Amino acid sequence: MSMNQSSSAIEVTDLTVAYQEKPVLWDIDMNVPPGVLMAIVGPNGAGKTTLIKAILGLVRSASGQMLIYGKPYRQQRRIVSYVPQRGSVDWDFPTTVKDVVMMGRYGALGWLRRPGQQEKKLASEAMEKVGILNLADRQISQLSGGQQQRVFLARALTQDAQVYLMDEPFQGVDATTERAIVLLLQQFREEGKTVVVVHHDLQTVSDYFDWVTLLNVRRIASGPVNTIFNESNLRQTYGGRIGFLKTEQEMSNPQVLPEPTL
Amino acid sequence: MQIFLHLFSDYTLRTVAIGTAILGIVSGALGSYAVLRKQSLVGDAISHAALPGICLAFLITDSKTPLVMIVGASLAGWLGILVVTAIVRNTRIKEDAALGIILAVFFGVGIVLLTLIQKIPNANQAGLDKFLFGQAAALLERDIKTMGIISIMVISLTFLFWKEFKLLCFDPTFGASLGFPMKILDILLMTLIVIAIVIGLQAVGVVLMSAMVVAPASAARQWTNRLAIMVCLAALFGAIAGVTGAIISSTTAKIPTGPMIVVCASVIFLFSLAFAPNRGLIWQSLLKKTKFKPEINEVDPK
Repeated sequence: MSMNQSSSAIEVTDLTVAYQEKPVLWDIDMNVPPGVLMAIVGPNGAGKTTLIKAILGLVRSASGQMLIYGKPYRQQRRIVSYVPQRGSVDWDFPTTVKDVVMMGRYGALGWLRRPGQQEKKLASEAMEKVGILNLADRQISQLSGGQQQRVFLARALTQDAQVYLMDEPFQGVDATTERAIVLLLQQFREEGKTVVVVHHDLQTVSDYFDWVTLLNVRRIASGPVNTIFNESNLRQTYGGRIGFLKTEQEMSNPQVLPEPTL
Repeated sequence: MQIFLHLFSDYTLRTVAIGTAILGIVSGALGSYAVLRKQSLVGDAISHAALPGICLAFLITDSKTPLVMIVGASLAGWLGILVVTAIVRNTRIKEDAALGIILAVFFGVGIVLLTLIQKIPNANQAGLDKFLFGQAAALLERDIKTMGIISIMVISLTFLFWKEFKLLCFDPTFGASLGFPMKILDILLMTLIVIAIVIGLQAVGVVLMSAMVVAPASAARQWTNRLAIMVCLAALFGAIAGVTGAIISSTTAKIPTGPMIVVCASVIFLFSLAFAPNRGLIWQSLLKKTKFKPEINEVDPK
């Protein structure tokens, strides 16, 4: 048992989350081995964001256990980095790119201590890596969607984590940014880091990721892309709404998941 | 201009000026956070909700010392916020409706209590009604001392938790993922905002105090894209509005202080809204004109 736990970067067992008695996630089991790039895929309202937030302890779970390298998140904060959805913050907030990137160091700084030279240096390195060093002093309201996403990625980079949880980093970004993110993800993999990405674009799953979890309130399947990411599992995940399937015949008989009951 | 020279010689005027400067600084600085967190209306609810607290504090202690008033007002202001939060969380009523209801109910109860208090045969109750529209001229040295000490505490805490409050205002979810207790920080910042509001009540009054939370901060936001500068500018604007308004009202008799201070703050706000570079209306309209030009040029060759 203990061997099993420590061999997973992320291990989720029996996780159930409910908002006002309506289950958002139902009895989720998920194992993410270290060093994989994993996509979480599923329709709107499938609970993808909630799953990430539950792992981070940001939403209250009705039951379940979430472990990062065998320990609860509370004990592993310094090795985990969270990239929230770009749209979750007010980009008209009076602050600069550099300032937001440095927020990645706030956790390591702890209470009351202010960022100093060391933090500035780390922020500059991170901004350089994602190609926004020239925007360092820019007010964040003057950024494009792709630039905003890079700011969030640079902030995550300053955390120098082992496990990255990203919520829709590809949402509404330009092609250049998309390529930059993919390169970054591959670099993470080379460094043995584990990355979990909430992803929308089914077409790119096999190109970008080596591991996938199909989610629709319940966990439909979780494992290597080349064995799990197939039509039967996708149909189960998306019900009749799947436009990804090629043959008309299979579309005519969609298998819609029954509503989970409490 | 002579009025301003009086500041240095006239003891009463100086006390008034210091008092209104303090309230302007604190409400401007903390108002910045209320505005950035889109909680401007909460300030209005807090200040109105404070009235019954002031009345009850007087009824219980039979005292009008500033500390008693401030504690009573703060508790009632906080109670107002808690009730709004409870309504939003447990019913289908939205926040704006909940704020409107609580503001009116607490203020109504406050007016009822105020009327009852005035019927009590006790000379001590005189002046409580000044909490409606404020009377800076009635500020005494003891009021200034209390305001000063509390303000220093509020400003110091804001400075101390600068990084944490910035995180709370910009990206609370990320802050929580880093391990900062965002709920506790939220409560702390809200308490500081409540205190910033209630220390101004005596001079500005419960009816208009929320303008001192919103106007200087909104004006400051027009001029800068940095949080630190915004907070300092808002404090400065608040102080200017407070002192100018108080002096005009104390030297020109019969104008209540609160409305006069709020008028001054509004002038600063309107000026900033129109003339600030980048975000100002005039700048924006000029920008629009120049932006359209290249588009027309692009279309023309076709």
